[in-house]
Amino acid sequence: MAKKNARAPYLRLTRPLVRDAGELRPATWAEALDRAADGFRRNVERHGPDAFGMFSCARATNEMNFVAQKFTRVVIGTNNVDSCNRTCHAPSVAGLAAAFGSGGGTSSYTEIEDTDLIVMWGSSAREAHPIFFQHVLKAIRRGARVFAVDPRRTSTARWADRWLGLNVGTDIPLANAIAREIIHAGLHNATFVERGTTGFEEFAESVEPWTLESAEQVTGVPAGAIRELAHAYARAERAQLCWTLGITEHHNATDNVRALINLALLTGHVGRYASGLNPLRGQNNVQGGGDMGAIPDRLAGFQDILDARVRERFGRAWGTEIQPRYGLNLTDMLAAMGEGRLTAAYIIGENPTQSEADAEHTVERLGRLDHLVVQDIFLTKTARMADVVLPASAAWCESDGTMTNSERRVQRVRKALAPPGEARDDIDILCELARRLGHDWHYDAAEDIWDEVRSLSPIHAGMSYSRLEELQGIQWPCYSEDRVEPSFLHSRLWETDAEARGRPAPFAVLRHSPPVDLLDEDFPLRLTTGRRLDSYNTGVQSSGFASPLRRGENIELSPEDARRLGVTPGEEVRVSSRRGTVTAPVFVDPALRPGLVFMTMHFPDEVDTNSLTIEATDPIAGTAEYKATAVRVEPLCRPVGGN
Amino acid sequence: MTGVPLAPPRRLVDVTVDGEAVRLPEGSTILDACPGTPTLCYGDTLTPKNACRICVVEVKGARTLVPACSRRVEPGMEIMTDTERVRHSRRLVLELLGSSTDLSTTPGAAEWSEEYGARPERFGPPGDASTDRDARHPGAHESPDGASAATVAQPAKVDNDLYVRDYEKCILCYKCVDACGEQWQNTFAIGVAGRGFDARISTEHAAPLPDSACVYCGNCIEVCPTGALSFKSEYDMRAEGTWDESRQDQTTTICTYCGVGCNLTLHVQDNEIVKVSSPHDNPVTHGNLCVKGRFGFQHVQNRTRG
Repeated sequence: MAKKNARAPYLRLTRPLVRDAGELRPATWAEALDRAADGFRRNVERHGPDAFGMFSCARATNEMNFVAQKFTRVVIGTNNVDSCNRTCHAPSVAGLAAAFGSGGGTSSYTEIEDTDLIVMWGSSAREAHPIFFQHVLKAIRRGARVFAVDPRRTSTARWADRWLGLNVGTDIPLANAIAREIIHAGLHNATFVERGTTGFEEFAESVEPWTLESAEQVTGVPAGAIRELAHAYARAERAQLCWTLGITEHHNATDNVRALINLALLTGHVGRYASGLNPLRGQNNVQGGGDMGAIPDRLAGFQDILDARVRERFGRAWGTEIQPRYGLNLTDMLAAMGEGRLTAAYIIGENPTQSEADAEHTVERLGRLDHLVVQDIFLTKTARMADVVLPASAAWCESDGTMTNSERRVQRVRKALAPPGEARDDIDILCELARRLGHDWHYDAAEDIWDEVRSLSPIHAGMSYSRLEELQGIQWPCYSEDRVEPSFLHSRLWETDAEARGRPAPFAVLRHSPPVDLLDEDFPLRLTTGRRLDSYNTGVQSSGFASPLRRGENIELSPEDARRLGVTPGEEVRVSSRRGTVTAPVFVDPALRPGLVFMTMHFPDEVDTNSLTIEATDPIAGTAEYKATAVRVEPLCRPVGGN
Repeated sequence: MTGVPLAPPRRLVDVTVDGEAVRLPEGSTILDACPGTPTLCYGDTLTPKNACRICVVEVKGARTLVPACSRRVEPGMEIMTDTERVRHSRRLVLELLGSSTDLSTTPGAAEWSEEYGARPERFGPPGDASTDRDARHPGAHESPDGASAATVAQPAKVDNDLYVRDYEKCILCYKCVDACGEQWQNTFAIGVAGRGFDARISTEHAAPLPDSACVYCGNCIEVCPTGALSFKSEYDMRAEGTWDESRQDQTTTICTYCGVGCNLTLHVQDNEIVKVSSPHDNPVTHGNLCVKGRFGFQHVQNRTRG
């Protein structure tokens, strides 16, 4: 059968490109860098520094992200810097930071193996995080129970003792019903609630309407299963709550994250060995990008830009004044482009024209920029829109530095290959541009940058390169070179002394807000998106190898829906949402429930799934609701709207 | 409530190895006491299978030779690693394996054969390669002719673009089965089929890998001690005669795909990644990877078309 992923793999960029008369042509480095710098200068002179936006790269090193945010704040003078963590786990960072003060997973992989109960919520880790799931498998082999909460009966759910197949976007009702059941059964951890939290009374009142029966009505999960999860989670000696994008790619994603955090606060499953909360991060350095301050509201080490002492310390180190207000996040920057307020963008290693929801709209907005510089290893669809394209090295194998994983472990990245042609290291390129814009930056080695990070970020202070080497990575926080902190966060909440306990973690009162894209007669099916084991995001990297598992894009339907629509496996059908239409072959998957259909986002050049998705974003974190689109599926051979 | 469980302190055990006093933590194996002992089926990330018997040593008072990889040390144990019994046993293991399988890519095999004076050729010239091993039922094995050495020689299975199964190099150590099964990957794509000399590692109904349960994590390659399982890139380069480990550098870095942070060791020859492994003592991976980490590197070296 002909596969639909017939596109030839991307070729590496080996020369700088500049746009003349509408066409990209090869240029020398000097010419390309001059043009890139001139465009930034022109826009800042004309419209001020806030007309500039930096899209930093979640796949590059900590060192590169640190230099990119420093470039934004020092060379340009704005806080408009963000990365694609906005499209995945920004809500996790926002939710965890709101509850606990720092935005990282609270446990470690080893602790997963030592726990008694694991809840995988909106996470198909077996496919999307296979080596994390090996730690889960160790726990299962040691006797841990697993609950999977997912609209689809995924390969992860197949390893679970119970699968709770909820309706898309009903996570808060489910979590609230679990909380109510725990409270009514008297199973909440009164000591921890008293000591480490605030707002319990109000929270308990707010979940009162969510009886098991009313939650069953809304979520589609049988009351008995909700009760069983509630009792098992509350009674477990140690329990882990793990989630992925099934929680975060919603219009109310930060609330979803807070709903899960509420459960951990209620039961005391946080701040202890092998009990914790774990967002599984999607890109190799999406944790580190935020940790390094490549986000609009924080400087390195989650230090708040609104704190004058923090600004003063960084400002003194950098010889500059840092703007005393938050910059625009990625979502806001795209909107500002549309409104003409943001006129110059520097995009490093990101492909927003294919990764953002409502892809057509993103292309239109980028098209309105006066000056777009894209630095990448490939000529992506985004790079093809640029005024200047700068060929970069692949961070993970062509540069030195560090990256930070989902368990907050900072690990060394080492150069194994020479980049092709004239491609150069990201940090070299940033320094070249900084020098052209009046800042005489030189770094001899990645370690020099890292030592600057350590001097400014207390949670990284103890991580010298030699220690990182010796200990195979170190988890943050690591305050000094002579010790390693516990592998889990927030043990302070268990302290008996109020002073040592610090700020208690607040419960969040949350309202159910169904998906924005409503189902109706014209769009009766719920489309949700996700990853497959052998592919990755927009496919730019994973299309480069010949995976025997790859079957291209499909529209995956339940056997019931396929029968009702009269379509058969392999048949090409039309999938339409309120925003766009694509065609894709049918794949029948008995793991789907009637009414639920599934696509990946791995093959956008063949089937642009994100032309269907809705750009309804979370107001706190800015993440779009990729997980809940209303669609209609029709056989091709019949006229649109016909039977 | 906030404590981190610590393992109880381990006592130290005194033993002798070839007359020399050695002190080890309780629970150590004889292999820990005797580094440098030849091993084939032993894997540092796997539970010992005791299949190959090449690591056997003599323990004073024991009736039989004992496998060093799995036998734990006990106080006062007197271990002998170089007696005639030990040398004879290791020689025989190397001769039986060497006569029936291709050990040309097994690290250590040539040196051990020399050290123990193994002469696999004494069983006669190697018998013919077979093409029907996968189809043999238990009991179907024919008696040997006595003039040539029975072998597992057979064509390599090249049924996908990622890795090759060259079972004429397979010594049936079971490590791939354990790595694919309950010890790590839990995919259960492969098992042991057949009995006796016809026993072999196989997918269900000997299906080609693309039709099997295989998810191409390559964790079986990671543990294979003989090169029976290898990257297709290595297999092709060996066939061309360009595979040259003396010109390869190994650099450990972080995988470019998801946020788990797997450590990859890139084996690079002439600025090309030719193979990927992972450090077995790494706390994130324990030597395991997924299909993307193991094989998804090609995008960085797509430098020219064609």
